[in-house]
Amino acid sequence: MRSVGSKVTGVAGAALLTLLLFPIYWMIASSLTPESRLFQSPPLLPSTLSLDHYRALFDERDFLIPIRNSLVVAATTTMVALPVAALCAYALARLRFRGRGVLLALILAVSMFPQISIVPPLYLILRELRLLDTYPGLVLPYVTFSAPLAVWLLTAFFRQLSPELEEAAMLDGASRLRALWDVVLPLAVPGVATAAILTFLYCWNEFLFALSFTLGPERYTVPVAVTLFRGRYQVPWGQVLAATVVATVPVALLVLTCQRRIVAGLTAGASKG
Amino acid sequence: MAKTYPNGHRAIRHVDLAIDEGEFVVLVGPSGCGKSTLLRLIAGLETPTSGRIVIGDADATGLPPQARDLAMVFQSYALYPHMSVRDNLAYGLKVRRLDQAVVAQRVADVAAALDISALLQRRPAQLSGGQRQRVALGRAMVRQPKAFLLDEPLSNLDPALRAQARAELRRLHRRLGVTVVYVTHDQEEAMTLGGRIAVMRDGAIEQVAPPLDVYARPANVFVAGFIGAPAMNFVPATLAGIDAPAGAVAGIRPQDVVLGASGQLQAVVDLVEPRGHDHLLHLRLDASGVPPLLAVVAGGAPPALGAGVLLTLPRERLHLFDGRTGTRLS
Repeated sequence: MRSVGSKVTGVAGAALLTLLLFPIYWMIASSLTPESRLFQSPPLLPSTLSLDHYRALFDERDFLIPIRNSLVVAATTTMVALPVAALCAYALARLRFRGRGVLLALILAVSMFPQISIVPPLYLILRELRLLDTYPGLVLPYVTFSAPLAVWLLTAFFRQLSPELEEAAMLDGASRLRALWDVVLPLAVPGVATAAILTFLYCWNEFLFALSFTLGPERYTVPVAVTLFRGRYQVPWGQVLAATVVATVPVALLVLTCQRRIVAGLTAGASKG
Repeated sequence: MAKTYPNGHRAIRHVDLAIDEGEFVVLVGPSGCGKSTLLRLIAGLETPTSGRIVIGDADATGLPPQARDLAMVFQSYALYPHMSVRDNLAYGLKVRRLDQAVVAQRVADVAAALDISALLQRRPAQLSGGQRQRVALGRAMVRQPKAFLLDEPLSNLDPALRAQARAELRRLHRRLGVTVVYVTHDQEEAMTLGGRIAVMRDGAIEQVAPPLDVYARPANVFVAGFIGAPAMNFVPATLAGIDAPAGAVAGIRPQDVVLGASGQLQAVVDLVEPRGHDHLLHLRLDASGVPPLLAVVAGGAPPALGAGVLLTLPRERLHLFDGRTGTRLS
C-alpha cells in the first residue's frame, strides 16, 4: 500500500513540476530556435540551435543598458528600503506605543493602492522635482511600495526572537540600536534576506512605473525594454524570448542559492540557549 | 516604589527595600508575586510608575539599563546564539571599548574561574545546560559590575546540578564580595543562598530578614507557610491549649510536632510518606474542621496506617498569628 501511495505522490509531483517548468523550458528552447522555424509546428526538442537571437539582443539592441538600469534601480531600492524597513519593523515589534496596530495597518494599506491610480499624481510630483527619467525617479516610488511588505515580514520575524537577548545586550552596555545591530540583525538574517529578495524582485519585475516615469532607452528597465521590442509590423519573438531568458535566469539562480542559505541559517544560527 | 502595567495590572504595589553593598539578597515568592518585575525595575528594563531607584548614591530611576552598570543572568541565560562563548563573554567589554589585551585577559580569568576555558570556541547551542549557566554567569562576572541580578538562574538545571551550582554560587559570592539580587520561587534555594531574604506576595514585600530569622520568627501566616518544608501547620490557638486572643491561629512546623505515649491531642495516621532518614506523617485530628496535620518523625518503624496516636504541640515552638490579619502576635 505504501509503495502505491509513494508512487502516486511521485507521479503527482513530477506532473506538477513539468507543468511549472514547461513554460521555462519552452522559453529557453524557443530562444535558441532560428526565427524561420519559430512558427512551424514546433517539435518538443529543437532540431537546430542557434544563438542568433542572443547575438541580435546584445549587438543590435544593446540590451546591456536596460539590464544595467534594472540592476541599479533594484539594488538601490533594496539598499534604501531594507534599513528603513528594519528600523520601522523593530520599533513596531518591540516598543510599546499608542496606535501601534493602526500604524501597522496603515503601512500595509499603502501597498494596497492600485498602482495605476497614483501614476498621474506621481508623474506630476516627479516632474516638479525634475526626477523624471532618472534613477531616483524610480527608486523613490519603489521604496514606498516595497517597504511595507518588508516591514510586515520583518516585524513578524523580530517578534519571534526572544526579547531577553536584546535585554542582555542592553545590560551588557549596548544601546538599543547597537543591540539591534549586534544581536537582532545577525539572528534575523534569514528574514532580512527574504525581505531583500522580495524587494529586489519587485523592482526587477515592476513595469507600470518604469514605463511611465522613463522617457527613453537610456533609462528603460528590462520589462519596459522588452515590451518596446515590438515594431510596427512585427514582433521579434525570438529576441523577446532571449531577453526574457537573460532577465530571468540570473535572478532565478540568485534566489535558489540564497534560498539554500536561508534554510541553512534557519536551522543552524537561531537555536537559542 | 510601585509599578502598574498599561493593562492595569499592578505588578508592584509598594516596595521599599535597601540593599547594602556586598549583600546577597534573595527575592522569593510564588509565581506572579512581582519578584521578577522588581528585578527588571532594578535592571532598568521596566520603568516604575512611581518611586525612585537609587544605585550607589545616584538616582538611577530614569537611566537606561546600559547606563546602570549592573549585570543580569536571565532564566533562559539569553546567550547570544550566533557568537562563540569567548565573544559572549567579551561582548560587554567590547561595547565599552576596553583595550583588546584587557578584554582577552579578563575573559581568560573568568573562564578559568568558572572552569569553562575549554569551551571558549564553542557556540551556545553546543553546550550542556550547566555549561550554559556558567557562561551566563561568566558574562556577568567579566564586566565587574556594581551588582549582579540573577533571575532564577538555576531553574533550568536538573536537581543534582542545581545543588552543585548553588554551592558554587555561594563560594563565588564569598570570594568576589559583590552585591547580588537573586530571584527564585524556591524557598529552599532562598534559605541556603541568601544573606537576607525578602519574601514577596502580590507585589509587596512581606518580610525582609536573614533566612534563619525568617524561619524562626515569620512575620505573618503567609511567610510562615511559604518558608520551610514541609509547610507549617496551622490550627486554632484554642486547640493548642494556650491563652490567646479570640480567633488567633497557632502555627507549628512539622518537625516540631512531638508524638508520644502521652499528649494533649489525639489523631489518626492518615498517610505515611517515607523519606529515608525520617517519615512524613499526615495526621487527622479528632477535632472537626481542622486540616490534616503534618509531622516529621525520626526513621525506624513508622506508626501503622489508621493507628491512633497522641501528640503534643510544644508551647515554645508555637507561632501565634492574628486570625484576621495574619500578622504575628507576640
